Amino acid sequence: MSAMRDLSLGVDVGGTNTDAVVIDGTGRVLAATKQATTDDVTGGIRAGIVAVLAALGEDRSRVSRVMLGTTHATNAIVARRQLDRVAAIRLGAPAATEYPPLLGWPRGLAELVLAGSAMVGGGHMVDGTPIAPLDRDGIRRFLDGLGAFDAVAVTGIFSPSSPEQELAVADLIREHLGPDARVFLSQDIGPTGLLERENATILNAALYSVARSVTEALVTVVAEEGLDAVTFFAQNDGTLMSLDYAAQYPVLTIGSGPANSIRGAAALSGADNAIIIDVGGTTSDLGVVVNGFPRESTLPREIGGVRTNFRMPDVLSLGIGGGTTVDPATGTAGPGSVGYRIATEALLFGGDTPTLTDAAALAGASIDGRTLGDLPPHLRTALRTALAQARVRLADAVERLSLGRADIPLVVVGGGGFLVPDDLPGAGPVVRPAHGDVANAVGAAISLAGGRADQISRLDDREAAIAQASEAAVAKAIQAGADPLQVTVVDILETPVTYTETPTIKVSVKAAGPLARLGERTRARVA
Amino acid sequence: MAHTDRLSAVSAPDVAALAAGTAIFGTGGGGAVYTSQVLAEEALLAHGPVPLVTVDDLGPDDLVILMSGIGAPTVGIEMLSSRHQIDLLVREAEAVAGRPITTLMAAEIGGSNGVAPVGWAARLGLKLLDADAMGRAFPNAAMVSMNVAGVPCDFSVLSDVVGNVSVIKTVDLHWLERHARALTVASGSICLGVHYPLTADTARGAVVEGTVSAAVRVGHALLSSSDPVAAVAAELGGSILLTGKVVDLDRRTEGGFARGSVTVAGTGTDAGRLQRLELQNENLVVLEDGEVLVSVPDNVTIIDAETGHAITTEMLRYGQRVSVLAWACDPIWRTPRGLELAGPRAFGYDLPYIPFGGPTR
Repeated sequence: MSAMRDLSLGVDVGGTNTDAVVIDGTGRVLAATKQATTDDVTGGIRAGIVAVLAALGEDRSRVSRVMLGTTHATNAIVARRQLDRVAAIRLGAPAATEYPPLLGWPRGLAELVLAGSAMVGGGHMVDGTPIAPLDRDGIRRFLDGLGAFDAVAVTGIFSPSSPEQELAVADLIREHLGPDARVFLSQDIGPTGLLERENATILNAALYSVARSVTEALVTVVAEEGLDAVTFFAQNDGTLMSLDYAAQYPVLTIGSGPANSIRGAAALSGADNAIIIDVGGTTSDLGVVVNGFPRESTLPREIGGVRTNFRMPDVLSLGIGGGTTVDPATGTAGPGSVGYRIATEALLFGGDTPTLTDAAALAGASIDGRTLGDLPPHLRTALRTALAQARVRLADAVERLSLGRADIPLVVVGGGGFLVPDDLPGAGPVVRPAHGDVANAVGAAISLAGGRADQISRLDDREAAIAQASEAAVAKAIQAGADPLQVTVVDILETPVTYTETPTIKVSVKAAGPLARLGERTRARVA
Repeated sequence: MAHTDRLSAVSAPDVAALAAGTAIFGTGGGGAVYTSQVLAEEALLAHGPVPLVTVDDLGPDDLVILMSGIGAPTVGIEMLSSRHQIDLLVREAEAVAGRPITTLMAAEIGGSNGVAPVGWAARLGLKLLDADAMGRAFPNAAMVSMNVAGVPCDFSVLSDVVGNVSVIKTVDLHWLERHARALTVASGSICLGVHYPLTADTARGAVVEGTVSAAVRVGHALLSSSDPVAAVAAELGGSILLTGKVVDLDRRTEGGFARGSVTVAGTGTDAGRLQRLELQNENLVVLEDGEVLVSVPDNVTIIDAETGHAITTEMLRYGQRVSVLAWACDPIWRTPRGLELAGPRAFGYDLPYIPFGGPTR
C-alpha cells in the first residue's frame, strides 16, 4: 500500500468558493479546482472532489486521505442557523457568581442557544485547593428542571490545571441522562480565562449539529466516490483533527480558513518561515508562518459577538484588493471595491469603474492577457497615484510583520497578487507559487495533527511543568491523529503568575506531528 | 490634562469608553478590563446611571470608601468574584466605621480597578467620587495619594470568593500591603477589599480628582477617532515617544511582581531607533541611547499602533506593532513625598527624576 496510497485530497469550503486539490507525498499539486459553494455544503464538496478525481483518472485509488477546512461553523454562529440548545453548568460557586454564564452575549443568540444555566459548588483555586465541595445533587436538580436541550457544557474554575472534576461531572451527567448524553468539557476547548473558555465551550456544544452536517457531507461524498480514504478536519492552528474529534470540537475549526491559507501558501513556496500575503478582490490578508505554523494572535477574538480565547492565526487585513476602486479625481484607492463584479465593471474588462487591477495593468502587469484601451491623461495619473499609494500600504504592512528581517520570503497568493511588485520595499524575496489561488485547500491537505495543553506550577518546578504539559499536549496530538513516533513539541509559552506565595508560572505547550499512516492509527488516552 | 470637562453621571453607554480609557491609565498594569466592563454595563442597565460627584459635592454625612480588587491578573481572569463579596465588604466597613458608606472611590483608575467601582456603586446604590488615589496604576497599596497627603488608613476589609472576611488595622500602609498580600495568597491569589474611609475634609487635596471623567474622555477619543493613537495622546496632553514593534521581551516573577523589560524597535519614520521599557507590573522607565526619556511617577503605556488600545504587561508579545505613549503624572506625585513613595528610587532605580513634558500645569 506504500507508493500507491500516497495522495492527499484537500478541500476548502469558503463562503463563495469550494476549492479542492490533490497533492502527493512530496507536496506536488496533481489536480486543483475551484467550484461554487452550495447552500447544502454537500453540493460544492461533491463538485470539487469529483473534479479533482476526474483529473487524476486511474490514480484516484492512490488517494488515502481527505482533509477539509471550512468557515461553516463561523457562518452558522453569525447567521444563527442550525444551532443546538445547550445546558450550561459552571463548577466553582460561590466564586464567579458575580458573572453569570453568557454574560455579554448578543441577546438573540443567547436566547437561541441557552436552555438554562447553573452555577454550582465545585472548582479549584490556582494551587488546586477546592473552592467548594462538588454539588452533585445541584447538578442533577438543574438538569431535571430543564426543558428540552441537546447538549451540556461544563466549565470548572481552573479546570485547565485541575481537570479531574470536570471529568467526574461528565460521568455523573451520563449516569443521570444516559450514556449517549452529549457533554462538552471546557478543559478540551481552551486555556485559563473563565468566561472566554466557557463561551467557547457553550458555542462548541451549540455547533454540534452544524459540524455533523459538514462531517456527514464529507463522509457521504467520499463514500459516493468509493474512495478508500480517511477523512480529517483542519483546525484554527493549522493542525488536523480526526473527523470524530471535529464532530466533538467544531469550535476549534473556526479559524481554519486563514490558517490553511497561510500554511498552504508557505508550503507551495517551499518556505518554513515566510510572510504570506493573500490578495483578493476586496482585501489583502497578511499572516506569518513560523517554523511551518501560522503565528497566533494573543488578543481575544469575537465570534458573532461572543468573546472567546481561541487559538487563531494573527492576520492583518488591509482594504486593498484587485477590485478596490480608484477615485478618478484624486487617485485615492478605496475603501470601496467592486468585489466579484470586477470581471464586468473594471476598465480592463470593458466596464467603467477604475480599479487597482486597471492601475496594475497600466503599470505593465499582464492580467488575463488583456490590455487597457486608451485612457485620458487625468485617469492615467489617478491610476498611477493609486497604485503607488497601495504599494506603500502593502510595504508598510509587510515591514510590520517581518520583525525587521528582510531575508524572510514574501509569498504572494490570490487573484490580485499582481498588485505586489517584485521589489516591494522592506520585503525579502518575492515568491509567487503555482496554484496560489487554491492555497487554502493545499493548506488543508498538508496539515499536521496537533494538540495544546496548559499547566500552572511553581517556578521551581518549571521544568516538570513543561514536561507535564508537553506530555498532555503530545497525548492530545496523538488523539487528534498524529503519528505517535513523530510528534514533537512545537511551541512553549510561559507567563508569570503574580500574588502567589511562591513564584508561579503558566506554561502552554503545543505538540504536532504528521498524521499516522493508515492502519497504524493509535488511540491514546489522555493521562 | 488637556481638557477638564466633568461628567455628572456614568451611564451604560459610557462604560466602553471608560474601559478603554482606564486601560490606557493602567500604564501596563491594572489587569484586563473586559470582564469588569461587561459587568458594569449590566449593572448600569439594571440599576440606572451612577451619580458622579466631586470632593466639593461631599457633605458632612458623606463617607467615602475605596473598593478594589487585589491579586494576580492571571488568576483574576479565571477565579472571578462572588456575587456577595461587595455586600459583605460594605456591611463590615459600616459596622467598623459606625456609620453608613455613601460614596465609592476607585483606588486606582488604571485598568479593571477603574471600571469595576462603577458597577459596584450601581448595585450598592452608592455615589461614585470622580477621583482615584493614583491617577494611574501602581503595584503597591502604599503608593496612594492619601499617603502623600499624610491621611492615614483607619482600616481595611478584605473578602474572598468563598466568603471569608478579614478586618485589617495596621500601623501603616507598608504593613497593610504585607498583611493584605498574605491574606490574598491564602484566599487563592485574588480578593476584593475596601479601605481608606474618607470624609469631605480628609479627601480634599488627598485624592487625584477628575480621573473618572478623564478616563471616559480618553476612551471616547480612542473609540471615535480615525487616528486613535494621536487622539489619545492629544487628550492626555502627552506624546508618542516611538512607533514600532516589540523585538525583545524579558519577563520573570520576582517577589510577587512581574518584572522585566521590553524593547521596541522603531518602524516607518522611527526606523533605526530603539527604546527599552523597564517593567514591574507597570511600565516604569523608558530608555533610549542610554538616556532616560520618562520615569515613574510619570505615565507610560504601550498601545496598539493601529487601534490605540492599551496593551498590558501580560499581553505583550514579540512582534506586536505598538506605540509608546507617555504623559505627565498628577502634580501630587511630583512633591518630595510623592517622589519618595513613587519616584524611580522607590522602584529600585538609581536615577534622578526628570519631569516628563516639563513642569506641571
